[in-house]
Amino acid sequence: MKWPAFGYARASTLEEVFRLQAEHGDDARLLAGGQTLLATLAFRLSEPKLLVDITGVAALRGIALQGGLLRIGALTRHAELGRDPLVAQHAPLLTEAVPFIAHPAIRNRGTIGGSLAYADPAAELPACIVALDSTMVLASAAGERRVAAGDFFTGLLETALRPGELIAAVEVPVATDASRSAIVEVARRSGDYAMAGLATTLRLEGGVIRAPRLVYFGVGNGPVLAARANAALEGRSLDAAAIAAARAALAGDLDPQADLHGPPEMKRHLAGVLTQRALSRFLPAAEAAA
Amino acid sequence: MNDMPTPASIGLSREDLPNSYIGRSVPRPNLPKLVQGRATYTDDVQPPRLVHAAFLRSPYAHARILSVDSAAAMQVPGVVRVFTGADLAKVCDPWVATLDHLKGMKSAQQHPLPLDRATWQGEPVVAVVADSRAAAEDGVAALAVEWEPLPAQLDIETALDPDTVVIHPSLGDNLCFTRTAEKGDVAAAFAAAHRVVEATFLTGRHTGVTLEGRSILADYNKAEGTLTVHHSTQAPHMMQGVFAKQLRMEEGAVRVICRDVGGSFGIKVHVYPDEVAVAAMAKAMGRPVKFVADRFESFVSDIHARDHRIKGRIAVDAEGKILAFDIDDRTGIGPYSVYPRTSAIEGNQVVNLCGGPYDFANYRCTTTVVFQNKTPTCQYRAVGHPIATTVTEGLVDLAAEALGIDPIEMRRRNLIRDDAYPYTSPPGMRFEGLSHHAALAKLLEMVPVEKIRADQAEQRKKGVHRGLGFASFIELTNPSPFMYGIGGARISAQDGATVRMDPDGSIVALSGVTEQGQGTEGILRQIVAHGVGVPLERVKVITGDTQTTPYGGGTWACRGAGIGGEAALQSAIALKQQILVVAGAMLQAAPESLDIVLGQIVDKDTERERMPLSELGRIVYYRGDTLPKDLPRELVQTRHFITKDYPFAFTNGIQASWVEVDTDTGMVKLLEHWCVEDCGRVINPLLVDEQVRGGIVQGLGGALYEHCVYDEQGNLLTTTMADYLVPMSAEMPEMHIGHVETPTGESLLGAKGAGEAGTAGAPAALMNAINDALRPLSARVTEQPFTPARILRALGTV
Ligand SMILES: Cc1cc2nc3c(=O)[nH]c(=O)nc-3n(C[C@H](O)[C@H](O)[C@H](O)COP(=O)(O)OP(=O)(O)OC[C@H]3O[C@@H](n4cnc5c(N)ncnc54)[C@H](O)[C@@H]3O)c2cc1C
Repeated sequence: MKWPAFGYARASTLEEVFRLQAEHGDDARLLAGGQTLLATLAFRLSEPKLLVDITGVAALRGIALQGGLLRIGALTRHAELGRDPLVAQHAPLLTEAVPFIAHPAIRNRGTIGGSLAYADPAAELPACIVALDSTMVLASAAGERRVAAGDFFTGLLETALRPGELIAAVEVPVATDASRSAIVEVARRSGDYAMAGLATTLRLEGGVIRAPRLVYFGVGNGPVLAARANAALEGRSLDAAAIAAARAALAGDLDPQADLHGPPEMKRHLAGVLTQRALSRFLPAAEAAA
Repeated sequence: MNDMPTPASIGLSREDLPNSYIGRSVPRPNLPKLVQGRATYTDDVQPPRLVHAAFLRSPYAHARILSVDSAAAMQVPGVVRVFTGADLAKVCDPWVATLDHLKGMKSAQQHPLPLDRATWQGEPVVAVVADSRAAAEDGVAALAVEWEPLPAQLDIETALDPDTVVIHPSLGDNLCFTRTAEKGDVAAAFAAAHRVVEATFLTGRHTGVTLEGRSILADYNKAEGTLTVHHSTQAPHMMQGVFAKQLRMEEGAVRVICRDVGGSFGIKVHVYPDEVAVAAMAKAMGRPVKFVADRFESFVSDIHARDHRIKGRIAVDAEGKILAFDIDDRTGIGPYSVYPRTSAIEGNQVVNLCGGPYDFANYRCTTTVVFQNKTPTCQYRAVGHPIATTVTEGLVDLAAEALGIDPIEMRRRNLIRDDAYPYTSPPGMRFEGLSHHAALAKLLEMVPVEKIRADQAEQRKKGVHRGLGFASFIELTNPSPFMYGIGGARISAQDGATVRMDPDGSIVALSGVTEQGQGTEGILRQIVAHGVGVPLERVKVITGDTQTTPYGGGTWACRGAGIGGEAALQSAIALKQQILVVAGAMLQAAPESLDIVLGQIVDKDTERERMPLSELGRIVYYRGDTLPKDLPRELVQTRHFITKDYPFAFTNGIQASWVEVDTDTGMVKLLEHWCVEDCGRVINPLLVDEQVRGGIVQGLGGALYEHCVYDEQGNLLTTTMADYLVPMSAEMPEMHIGHVETPTGESLLGAKGAGEAGTAGAPAALMNAINDALRPLSARVTEQPFTPARILRALGTV
C-alpha cells in the first residue's frame, strides 16, 4: 500500500522539534531512521499529518564517556553502535547485540532512540538497555528528566514517554573487570526478530554472582527482567547447579503468548535453553577456553 | 543439402561441444540491463492518460455483499470511477475453470469481481480507479460496504461432511475433483508383504514470492477497437485469448506485451480476477489502467499451492523390494478452480508421480480435491512433484529403516534400471529414457558418504545430531497437448520461432517462449548463434509480444528450452540453409560445399573465408538486381515444434541433504546439499546449475520456512515478509550440482526441462536428513514446514 498523504518538516534543533510538537500535537510524529515508522505508515495503521525528521538535530547525536557513564545519543545508528570503540570497551553487550538486529541496510538507518521508543517486545536493544541497568534521558520543552530503563518500558509497544517528549540519549554504567555480559537468541533466520532472546549482565566476584540481570525478549509484552531467576543466582557461585536453579526459577518470571512460531510452552522452553547457553559462557572452563 | 539434420551433423556431438555455443556457460544478454536498473517492467510503462486501480478486498473468508456505497469514495480527490461486480459483468463474461479430461471435475462461475458473495479473505470486491495509486487507495478506504459474514469452510478433512457449509450451493458439495489410479493387485500385495509401513504427511500451503509483484497495464483504444495489455505474465498468447474471450473481442484485436518480468515461478501463468477487471475497466473507460499488486495483496491473491494431507503405505518384501504403494491425497484449493489450467492438476500430478523413480507393480493412489474459503491454489513451480517425492521418499526411507537396509542400498535395489526404457509406470506415465542408477552413481562420487557417516557418529557422542537424507525424483517437462489442450483449454503446447538475417549480417530471433528472469533469451541466443553460425553478439532475441512473435505457449512446465529451443534451432538451421543457397549463387559454389562460421561464409572443407554475412546482406537487400532472377532469397525462416511421441519428456535426478538439528531449540542448520539431475542436453551449464540451485532453495523454503497460516476465521496471518518467511542466502547450504545427460530423441536439440528438478526433490531430501538426525532420539517429522515448534514436539520437548 501507499503511504497516506502527510507533511514533512526537518528540524535542526530540539527547540524546533518541541515547537512543531506543540503546534501539531498528536498529529505530529517523530521520524528517526524510519525503519519502523515508514513501514507502519505503508500499512496505513496510523495516519499522522506531519512527520518531524529529527535526524538533523545535533544534540541527539554522539557517543561519549561522561562522569563514569557512557552516553549514547538517540540518533546513534545501529551500525555506528556496532563499530564504536567506546561502546565495545564500556558496554560490550551492545556491540554483541548489533549483528542480531535486522540486516546491514536496516542497521545503517535504524537508530537506538527509534528502537527504544518503538519498544518492540522482540527487539534486542530494549532488553540490552534494561540488562545494563541504564538510564533513559528524556527531553521536552520543560527540560530533561531521567527514567530508569526498567521503568521505561510499560507495556506492549508502550513506554513512559509523555506527549511532547523524546528520547535524547541513554546513559549506560560502564563495565568493570568483574562485569560479564552476553546476548543469545533463537531466530528463524538471521536478522529476524527473535522467537526468544536473552540479554544478561552480571558481576563475577571471586566466582560469586553479583547483581545478575537476566532480561528476556520476544517472550512477553516488552523486555522481561526475570526477578526470580535473578534472585536464584544472586550471591551463588556460578556453576551448573546455579544455572539449573535459575532455569527452574524462570517459570515464575515468564508468561509468554503464543505467536506464529509456536505455543507458550515452546517459548518457555527456549528461554530455559538460552539461560543455559548464556550463563555457561561465564563458567570458568568456558572463560579459559575463550 | 536437404538431408535431415542429426545432432551429430549440426555439431552437437560430444566432440563438437568445445566449439559450440550449445553446452557452454556464456553470460546471458539481459543481465547488464537487469542489474543496472534499465529493464522495463510493466510498472515502468507510463502512457499518457494513465489511471491506477486499487481494490477493496474482502475482510471475510465468506460473506454476502449486502450493499456497496461509493458516494464518499467518488468525492476523494483524484478518484475517477468505482466499479462493482455488477458494473463489470456488463462488459466482461465470467469463466469456469474445468478441463474435460479430468473426469467429473466441477467448479463455479467466477466473475472478475463477485456479484453478491465474497469467498475468500482478500478476494477483490470493488475497484477504485484514480489518477494515482495512493488516491485509489484513499478511495478504497472511503468505500462503505455492508457485509453479512457467513460461516467459512476451511478444513480440508471435513470439507465433504454432510453438515459442512457448501461454498457454491449450485455444485451440490465441496468436491472439485477426485481420481484414483490403480494398477496390479494392491490388496494382495499388502497382504503378502514382509513389512508394511505407513505415515501421514503434510505439505504446508505456501506461495511463490516473486520479486516483481503481479502487474498489468491495459489500454483500450476506442478509435482502433484494440486492447493493448502490458502484462507481467508467463503466457502472453494464452492471455491474449483470455482477454479477447472474456471481453467479447476478436483475438486479433488484443495485443499482449510482456517485457521484463521479475520472476514468476508459476504464479504468473494464471488468470487473476483483479487483472481481468483491469482489462475490463480499460475497455469500459477507453483509457489505460494500471494495477500492480503490492506485497499485502500478493499474499492474499497470488495463487497458493501445496495444501495437501497425504496418507501413504508402502509394502516391501524381505529383501527390500517395493511391492506396492497405497496413497490417499487430499488437498484444498480455495473457493474456485483457477482458470484456465484448473486447480485439480496438482492433485492429479500427485497421482501420476508417486512412486515415480521405482520399479514396482502394484499401485493405488487417490486424490480428493476440495473447495475451501481460502486463497485459490494452482500450479506453482514443480506442480505436485515435491508432494509426490516427499511421500514416496519418506515411505522408502521408513521401509529401509524397518528392514535395517541402508537408504542408498534401498534405492539401488528399487530404482528403475537404466536399460529398462521405454518404461511405463504403474499410473501410466511413459518414460523415454531415464538414468536413475547413473545419477545415483554420480551422486555418490560427489557426496563423501563414509566421511559423513563417521562424522555423524562422532558428533552424536557429543550430543550433536546430524543427518544425511536422500531423495530420488522424476520431473515432468516438455508437455504435449495431453496436459491441457485435450481438456479443451486454449493453452498451446507447440511453440514457434522466427529467425531472420538483416542487411548487416545480424540475426534477429523472435520466439513464443518468454523470459521471466531465468535466462530463456540467453539460451535462445546460444541456440540461434550455433544454428546459423554467427558470433553470439550478433543475435538479438525478442520475446513477449503477441503481435510480433510466433504463436506459442510461453513459460510453464519446463518447456522453454525443450520446445522453444527446438523451434529456434530448426528455424536457425533453415535460415542457414537459405543463406547458403544465396551464397552458393554469389560465389558460384555448391551450397553443400559452404558453411557459416562466426558470421563468415567459408568453404566447408578448408574453413577458408569466402565472404562475410554483411556482404551477403548488402547484395540481397540493396543489390538484388545482381542475383539470378529465380533465386529464393527470403532470409527469414519460421519453424514450430511440438512433441509427438511422448506426452511428456520426463527427467530424473537425486538429491542429498546434510543437516544439523539443534535438538534443544528445534532449529535445523543446512550444512550441505547435492543434486544430480538429467535434463537431457545441457545448453548452458551455468544457467542449468543456477536453475537447480534456485529450485533447491525454493524447495527448502517450503520445507523449512514458507507457510500461509490462517486463523480459525479464515484470515491469512502471514501477509508480510516478516511473517511469511522466505529462504534467505545466509541460511542456505553450499550446493553441489552434477549432471547426467540423456537427450530426448524427440528433438534435434535433445533438451528437456531443468527448472523444477531442484524444487521437486529438496523437501524430501531435507525431511529424510532431519529424520536421520533424529533417529537415535526416536523422533520423526512428516509435517512441513519443519518448524522448531514441530521438531520440539516430535522430540517430546514441548
Ligand atoms: C526488515 C526489518 C527487520 C528488523 N529486524 C529487527 C530486529 O531483528 N531487531 C530489532 O531490534 N529491530 C529490528 N528492526 C527495527 C529496526 O531496528 C528499527 O530501526 C528500529 O526499531 C526503529 O528505529 P528507527 O530509527 O528506524 O525509528 P523510526 O522508524 O524512525 O521511528 C520508530 C518510532 O519511534 C519514534 N521515535 C524515533 N526516534 C525517537 C526519539 N528519539 N524519541 C522518541 N521517539 C522516537 C518514532 O516517532 C516512531 O514512532 C527491523 C526493521 C526492519 C525493517
